[in-house]
Amino acid sequence: MTATTATPPTFTDEQSGRSTFVRDALTVFRRAMRISLRNPVWAVMGLLQPVLYLSLFGPLLEPLAPQLGATNAYQLFVPGLLVQLGMFGALFVGFGLIGEWRDGVIEAERVSPAPRSALVVGRVLRDVIVVAVQGVVLVSVAFLFGLEAPFWGIVLGIVTAALLAAAFASASYAVALTLKSEDALAPLMNGVALPLLLLSGILLPITAASAPAWLNTLSNLNPIKHVVSGIRAQFDGDIGSATALWGSALTIVLAAVGLWFGSRTFKREDG
Amino acid sequence: MIHARGLARTYKTRRGDVDAVRGVDLDVEAGEIVGFLGPNGAGKTTTLRMLTTLLRPTRGEATVAGADLRRDPGAVRRRIGYVAQSGSTSGEARAGEEVVDHALLYGVERSVATSRGRTLFEQLELDGLWDRKCSSLSGGQRRRLDIVTGLIHTPRLVFLDEPTTGLDPQARANLWTHVRGLRDERGSTVFLTTHYLDEADALCDRILVIDHGQIVAQGSPEELKQRVSGDAVLLSAAQQSDVARIAAIAAQLPGADVPTVDGHLVEVRVPAGRTLLAGLLRSLDAEGIELAGVELRRPTLDDVFLTLTGRSLRDGESPARSSEGAAA
Repeated sequence: MTATTATPPTFTDEQSGRSTFVRDALTVFRRAMRISLRNPVWAVMGLLQPVLYLSLFGPLLEPLAPQLGATNAYQLFVPGLLVQLGMFGALFVGFGLIGEWRDGVIEAERVSPAPRSALVVGRVLRDVIVVAVQGVVLVSVAFLFGLEAPFWGIVLGIVTAALLAAAFASASYAVALTLKSEDALAPLMNGVALPLLLLSGILLPITAASAPAWLNTLSNLNPIKHVVSGIRAQFDGDIGSATALWGSALTIVLAAVGLWFGSRTFKREDG
Repeated sequence: MIHARGLARTYKTRRGDVDAVRGVDLDVEAGEIVGFLGPNGAGKTTTLRMLTTLLRPTRGEATVAGADLRRDPGAVRRRIGYVAQSGSTSGEARAGEEVVDHALLYGVERSVATSRGRTLFEQLELDGLWDRKCSSLSGGQRRRLDIVTGLIHTPRLVFLDEPTTGLDPQARANLWTHVRGLRDERGSTVFLTTHYLDEADALCDRILVIDHGQIVAQGSPEELKQRVSGDAVLLSAAQQSDVARIAAIAAQLPGADVPTVDGHLVEVRVPAGRTLLAGLLRSLDAEGIELAGVELRRPTLDDVFLTLTGRSLRDGESPARSSEGAAA
């Protein structure tokens, strides 16, 4: 057999070192970020929606602000837009993943020794950072319209929105990898997102005073509503208030559940 | 390099359990190029996905590249390269970066990965394409890029899943050269699945044939051809009246089956027809029989396959098994 004449093989797998979660997640993150930066159309489009809401809908709220119990309409409105950004900026990341799956990238990554959770976390980290940057741009634009809010409240608000993005991005990846079809993913995501959004009081706060009892009760079951209320409290400067803490805690739980769900899907073998 | 015993995988579907692979025993030694053949739905891909840790076997044991498949899939992953049919690079990314990023997941240093990647690009005739977007590469280039990706961590065992499917004949022949190079120049062991019998014939030291989830034959392409079909000797008589005598003489060849007669053509199947042909012609001559022509037809792997599985490889799946084909 000709194999005996082969040059001595230099197989280096033993020296390749052990995979570590952090190293592999960062590798996946850098790769995803690089691809996103080369084609920033999505990030720009994602920002366009809240900016349009801000400029075309925001002015209508200005005269209503006192009735809604706020001194500044944008203090009420921008937290809602941040949540919208966190949700919609992340919900559709699954589309990109289906493309990668079709190209065989997911399979190639899964046959590598990288921990499966790192494959999800690296991508989610990209999405979180994209949403955070979008949030900074959104808040900056809001200042032009007359937003007034304390610095730390804004920072916490953006962080909360970014964490919410982590939850939705993970869920989007998990569902995308399960369905493996853009045609199935789009209606499902829209079907979930729209009621969640409407029941969260993003545009107008849903309170016992402003809404019928059944609607108020229903909206109270929606965790997103409490996230919005939390960010509003942060924008009001009530960083330590129960509303703000409750919103942050819920966001952290949502992000953790999302990441667990995403990692579990990447671990499943029939993908 | 690979030792599998009783490897099996059962899929649970709504219509009940489907045994995609029913217990595969196989051994691949270091330095071999082994071809894994079978029609669609025979269990080829399922077996490959089990051996590459992508699918957990329902039953059975295997050692792959020296590591236990069940107990230490991490070690298997570090030691093998897998070039999947679906590819491995994103169309949106750049060729060189995809390769380096993949290497990083194996713990290879970035600088090492880059220089290794550049060398592989040259070896696989991809030089100058390092910064190209993957989607702009041709089918053959993209396939070779997949191979670079699969080799970047210098695996001792490389799995190639239908490496030449969808390539034009020139790109296929070119890829064959590179697959041989994997073994001859790098000392890697290669395990490849293929649909093409000529590919298995040209490339593989040994062939495993799988059908209905089980290995139905194995051996070198030569062995398989000899064992299963034998050679066909075709003798055409110059005079129709000689046909019966020709058939009688042909029937006496060692190991011959019953000759078939079609007009003035006599066909007989014998093992190793090459070695018998001279003697046969002499005895016909001694009987004063004149021949218009002689032909010796060596069996192709297609004949082998048809004999073994009752179906041609090209036809692939028969309608009755289509659901299993989808699952596997």
